[in-house]
This record gives sequence, C-alpha cells and structure tokens, in this order.
Amino acid sequence: MTDKTQTLILGIGNVLWADEGFGVRAADELHRHYEFDDSVTVMDGGTQGMYLLQHVEQADNLVIFDAIDYGLEPGTLKLIKGADVPSYLGAKKVSLHQTGFQEVLASAEMLGRYPDELLLVGVQPVQIEDFGGSLSRLMKQQLTPAVEAAVSWLDQLGVKASRRAEPLSETESIVGAEIDLARYESLRPSEAEACRVGDERVLKSDAFDVAYRPAPLDPGAMAVDVDHRGKY
Amino acid sequence: MATSTTPNGYQLDTGGQRVVVDPVTRIEGHMRAEVNIDENNVITNAVSSGTMWRGLEVILKGRDPRDAWAFTQRICGVCTGTHALTSVRAVEDSLGIEIPENANSIRNIMQLSLQVHDHLVHFYHLHALDWVNPVNALAADPKATSALQQQVSPHHPHSSPGYFRDIQNRLKKFVESGQLGPFKNGYWTNPAYLLPPEADLMAVTHYLEALDFQKEIMKTRTILGGKDTHPNWTVGGTPSPINVDGVGGVGGLNMVNLNQIHQILKDTQTFINNVYIPDILAIGKFYKGWLYGGGISGQNVLAYGDIPDRANDFSPENLLMPSGAIINGNLKEVMPVDLRDPDEIQEFVPHSWYEYPQGVKGLHPWDGVTEPNFDVSTAKGSQHHIEELDENASYSWIKAPRWRGHAMEVGPLARYVVGYAKGHEEITEQINFVLRELDVPVDALFSTLGRTAARALEAQWAADKQLYFFDKLIANIKAGDTATHNGEKWDPADWPAESKGVGFTEAPRGALAHWIRIKDRKIENYQCVVPTTWNGSPRDEAGNIGAFEASMMNTKVERPNEPVEILRNLHSFDPCLACSTHVMSEDGEELANVTTSPIGG
Repeated sequence: MTDKTQTLILGIGNVLWADEGFGVRAADELHRHYEFDDSVTVMDGGTQGMYLLQHVEQADNLVIFDAIDYGLEPGTLKLIKGADVPSYLGAKKVSLHQTGFQEVLASAEMLGRYPDELLLVGVQPVQIEDFGGSLSRLMKQQLTPAVEAAVSWLDQLGVKASRRAEPLSETESIVGAEIDLARYESLRPSEAEACRVGDERVLKSDAFDVAYRPAPLDPGAMAVDVDHRGKY
Repeated sequence: MATSTTPNGYQLDTGGQRVVVDPVTRIEGHMRAEVNIDENNVITNAVSSGTMWRGLEVILKGRDPRDAWAFTQRICGVCTGTHALTSVRAVEDSLGIEIPENANSIRNIMQLSLQVHDHLVHFYHLHALDWVNPVNALAADPKATSALQQQVSPHHPHSSPGYFRDIQNRLKKFVESGQLGPFKNGYWTNPAYLLPPEADLMAVTHYLEALDFQKEIMKTRTILGGKDTHPNWTVGGTPSPINVDGVGGVGGLNMVNLNQIHQILKDTQTFINNVYIPDILAIGKFYKGWLYGGGISGQNVLAYGDIPDRANDFSPENLLMPSGAIINGNLKEVMPVDLRDPDEIQEFVPHSWYEYPQGVKGLHPWDGVTEPNFDVSTAKGSQHHIEELDENASYSWIKAPRWRGHAMEVGPLARYVVGYAKGHEEITEQINFVLRELDVPVDALFSTLGRTAARALEAQWAADKQLYFFDKLIANIKAGDTATHNGEKWDPADWPAESKGVGFTEAPRGALAHWIRIKDRKIENYQCVVPTTWNGSPRDEAGNIGAFEASMMNTKVERPNEPVEILRNLHSFDPCLACSTHVMSEDGEELANVTTSPIGG
C-alpha cells in the first residue's frame, strides 16, 4: 500500500440474473470509457463476499455500483453516501451477495480499515426474475448516468478521471470476453429452450429486513495489526 | 404422529414439536431445515430444503462450450474457480483435448489454493461460532489465555498476555456498543457452548488473524489466473504465458510473481500448522464428548478424486486426492466410481420441485432434465408463507442424486474416510495423529466434530501439496518447458459433429462434476451435480434420507428455540446452496429465524 489516497470502484451483483448484473456492467462501462492513475482500481466484484475484503480495506474511497431495492420506481438512480451505505446494502431482498458484502464492510470496520469515503450508486431493478437475461432497457439507460455520477463524486474528492479517446473493446473488459454484454445477449438460448423464471415464493417474500449500522470507527476497531508476511 | 424406518436405517417419528429454521444462515445461498423434537429434546425427524430454484444448466444451452466456465464460475461467490476448472475439464474430455504439464501444475495449485482458502474461511468465519462463544471470551484471563496459546502452539509468535488483553478490550467495546458485527445474534447464553473463556478468547483472536491472513491466499489465484476476483481459465490449458524474464504483476508469469507465490504458499503452510490445526485440537478436546452429527458418514461416502499428478491422467492411481465409494460402513472395500456409467450416478426427483417425462425415475446426468414444477399444495400455510413443508410430497429445489441407489455423503470427511480405508499414507498418518491427540477411537470420525477436523487436516494436506506442485512447475520451467496452452482443437471446425464428456473435481465441499453434450459446436445439454446436491438432497423414491437430514437425526438440542446444534451439524458440511439450487434470494437475516410449532400427525 502506498501513502497516496487509494480508490476502489467496485461493481457487485450477478450478471446471470438480469438487472442483478447492473453493478458489474456499470463498473465495466466506467472502465471502458475512463482511465485513472494507478491509485484507482476498477473491479468486477461479482457475488464474491469475503474475498473482496483485501481490496476494500485498502481503499480510502470506495464506490459501489449495485442494483438496490429502494422501494422506488423501477429504473430510479439513487446515490447513498457515507454511513448510510451499509444499511442500504443490507436493506431488503435482491440478492445473495449482499449479506456477504455487508459482512465485508463489517469486517473491514472490525479490523479498523474502513474506507473514509463511501458512495453507493444504486438503481432500482426493473426485472430480476429473468435468469440468463440481460439488463432491461431502463437499467441500460442508467449506465451512463451512474458512471457520470461516480466520476463527478470522485472529482470532488480530487480523484480525476480522463475520458478515453476510444472506449475499450470487449477483450479489454473487466468481466471477460466470454461474458461480455453483447456476446452474453446475442447467444442467449430461446425461452422455449431455457426456463427463465424463478421461485415466486422467494421472489415476493418480504420477510427479511436487516438494519445493519456500522459501529463508531476507530474506538471500537479490533485490528490485529499483524504484518503476517513471513511471521506466522 | 407417525413412525417409520428409512431403507438407510433411520427411525423417523413425526410426533412431538416441529421446529423450523429458515433461513439457515452463515451459508452461501438459501436453505431451510425442519425437525421434529421429542419430549427429551432429541431430533426424531429431519427435513432439509433448498429454497431457491436452480437454472444454471438451461441457460447454457446453445452457447459456445469454450465460454461455459465463465458462466459456471458466476454461479456463486465461493467456489468460482472449482466450477471453472470442472467446466474446462468437461469440455476437454468431450473434445479429446490434452493440456501441457505446466497447465496441470498451475491448475492444481489454483485448486489447492481454493481448498485451503475455503476451508480456513469456512472454519473461522462461518463455523467457529457454532463452537466458540465470543461473549464468554470477555471473561477470560489474558495471562491464562497466553499460557494456553503457548501450550497449544509454541511456535505461534502472537501469544503475549498484552496481545490478548488488547483484543479482549476491543471486543468488549464492540459488545458494549451493541454492535457485535459478525458476532451479533448468537445464542450466547446457550449451554451447548462448552469452551472455557480462555479458549474462547484464543479462538476469537484467531478469527481476526484468519480474517487478516486469508486475503494473502487469494493472491495466488489472482497471479496464476491473470485477473483479479474472477481468475481466467481456458479450454486447453491456462491463460497466462510463462516468461521468466518478464516484468510486471498480473498478466504473465515471471520470476517476480512466482517468487511472490512461493512466499504466500510457505506462509499459508505455517499459518495452518500454527493456528488452524492447534485450534481444532484445542476445541476438539472440549467437545469430544459431543459426537452427534455423523449422519451417513459412517455408512456411505463418495469421492471422485482430484489433483492429477501427471497431466491428463484421471485414473485413480494418478489422483493425489483419493477416489472411491464405501457402502454400509464396509471400510474393507472401496469401490471404484465411474462417472460415465449410466447405472452408477442417477438423479431422482420424487421429492423435488421438478418433473421428469412420464415413467422416468432416475436419470444419469448426460441425459439429465431440469424442468421446474413448483407445488406446495400439501404444505401447511400458504404458497407465500409456508409454515411447514410436507416431506411426503415435493419439498426442495435440490434433486436427489444417488450412487447405485444409495444416498451418499461427500466432502472432506468423505474424502478422508475413503483415503483412510484405502490406506492413503498421508491421510492415514494425519487421522491417526488427531485420534491420538484427542484420545478417541476411530468411530469418533463419524461425527460433526470429525467432519470439522477432516476439513482442517485437508487444508494442511492441500497447503503441503501446493508447494509440491510449485516445485514441479519450477523444475519443468528450468528444464526448458514453458508451454501452458494447447491450441490444437481450439477451432470448432476441428470438432466432431457430436460429442460428450464429463469433468470432475473435488470442490472444497465435496465431489463436483459437470456433464456436457456438444452438438454442432454448441452446448446441447449441460448438467452439474454439485456437492450440496449430494449432501443436501431430499428423500428419494425409496425413502432414504440425505446426508444433511441424517446428520440432524438423534441429536439432542439443549434449547429447541435456540438450535445451535442444528446449525453446528449443518454448517459442518460447509453448505453452498447457491449452486445446488439457484442464486436468487433476498437477504437472509443475521442468524436463524426460528419458528416452532406443535404438530399433530
């Protein structure tokens, strides 16, 4: 880790589940259109939980792109900043990875390495009951505004993005060419071949609501402060 | 109330109190457990249900087989690499593609790295809290904790009273602030927790150390896979070229990043030996009288084997991780397993929310069908709020795979039982060491504690074997062989019109295989039988209960409304419902949401 302020831009979600893939696609969109100096990392977090901890705890600034159930009109873009971010990440339904990611933040906090600045760029999903599907039209329309919102927030923090002359090709995407948006969509099997719906009972249940708030930071931190390299 | 006996020997009694645990948390995915508990608080009937739909197979239909790994590694966030490896092996098997020796070594290191990583994270961050009580740790004497630490692991450098006092003070602040983070919502007054405060404090401290250390392990796969968070895989070998004189980090393998990997592998070995293994022994000493949860592990276990020593040879003799099947507890005979034989592995759906064509019972995965048929009309409650599942009807999104008709347990314990029965030298030595240290007979293996210990031993074994393959890789490079990819049949024009194949691995949580049929250069059928499908399977047509269900049977619970013991048994399998069922679910609560209701009939 260097002394320079480190920034992590993280897209989370599952690209195989329609609008659930918004976070990852938005991070990729940003990566293809903008470049930064080496203090900024743009990452496809997928549905990884604890494995993201090492990146999160190194970040001073953390931007998270994700599909969030805000209870708003489908397709609505909403920015959440600072201490409110974790509770939105754990608020309601949407997906598996969120319990995991909320726990990543809790763990970073417990180790005393919680990011200083947080921005959650979330969009209310339109369609998640479409397995194997891609982003819906309204979500795609929010890709550019979501990217611009992140770039502008970072700019205020003094983290400068420069627009690429030409967007990167699919082979340079962060998600990998095999699962690149265009290829993913064009090779999708037909509905007759592949059932696309999920379990209504699970999808419509609202029995889950976790309100996680981070503890006060430094005083409660439980960092072990161990440089483990070669020491264990 | 009704009593019956299952073909695999369990006496079921559906009287007494019905307890529902939904969702079972600290797992990947979405799972529900229901049990009947008698007046002595003993579990007399157990039902486990995967409550998410599984649809991965169907979305692969018609796609390019060379892309399948990228989809399968998105099934969930835990065993990404294992699914990718299984997928490329299935395609290579189907098309007759051989990979270079270096690619085999690199794949093995990545697979073993995932084993170590997953086992370590599972034990400390998903399972330890079933044995360890962080609130009780506040009562520990830091000096006595320090003495305990030095006794159980003399070489571990972090053992001073001040170190433990510091951690304890910070933990105290966390508890007093009402924000226990990952420790919240536990049953911290339950008498099922047996450790003295010092052992609790030591284990909680290692929870934090493991949280810190596990991040290093990931870097091995990032470097070898050439990409962060989702490493690259490729049909025909591994994607990163070897260029020993190259510079820079991710993207190619050079001496700089190979040396970095070497250091991580050595540190991992030390951490496992100094922290993980001693903790298992220390915890085991206090829990060795609690030997519930063995389920079917003493009867039927299954392993496909993995970690080919030489490339492209998947015969049992060449697999360093053993393969075989044991039936009815007969450790004298380990039977060979053939994944291609249509009579060996079959999946059944009479108690799953799927339907097969008329008259079809079991299907081999090459002919597998994934057609959903959700029906809960006989369950109690409504479709949107099920109070009680009906285990006599369909009750799970998990299919019921069987080996020659038998329900089987897979995973670290299954692998270790198979290895022990076959006289696998390293495994036998490890098991004997633990039995001696804990002063328990070999039967103690067949328990939740045994399953948890087997996972730790396997992490130790995998950490050693990573270094074996690292040395092998370096020796091969020094001998002038830098090939990592065989592109001979990359072009679909060189493929046959029709082919089929199977790829298998031992995923951290058990035997995993993907069966593929390729027609006209596209995927015609793709079926995954994943470890949690084996372990979490519902009843089959004959009424055999699966490994999860069997593990809950006959367990005594201290407090039926605080099912620590149920969670302990289920967590010991490291359940991953994300791929055994489907990824879709809302957030789970922090710990179990338990509902109990009396039941008649």
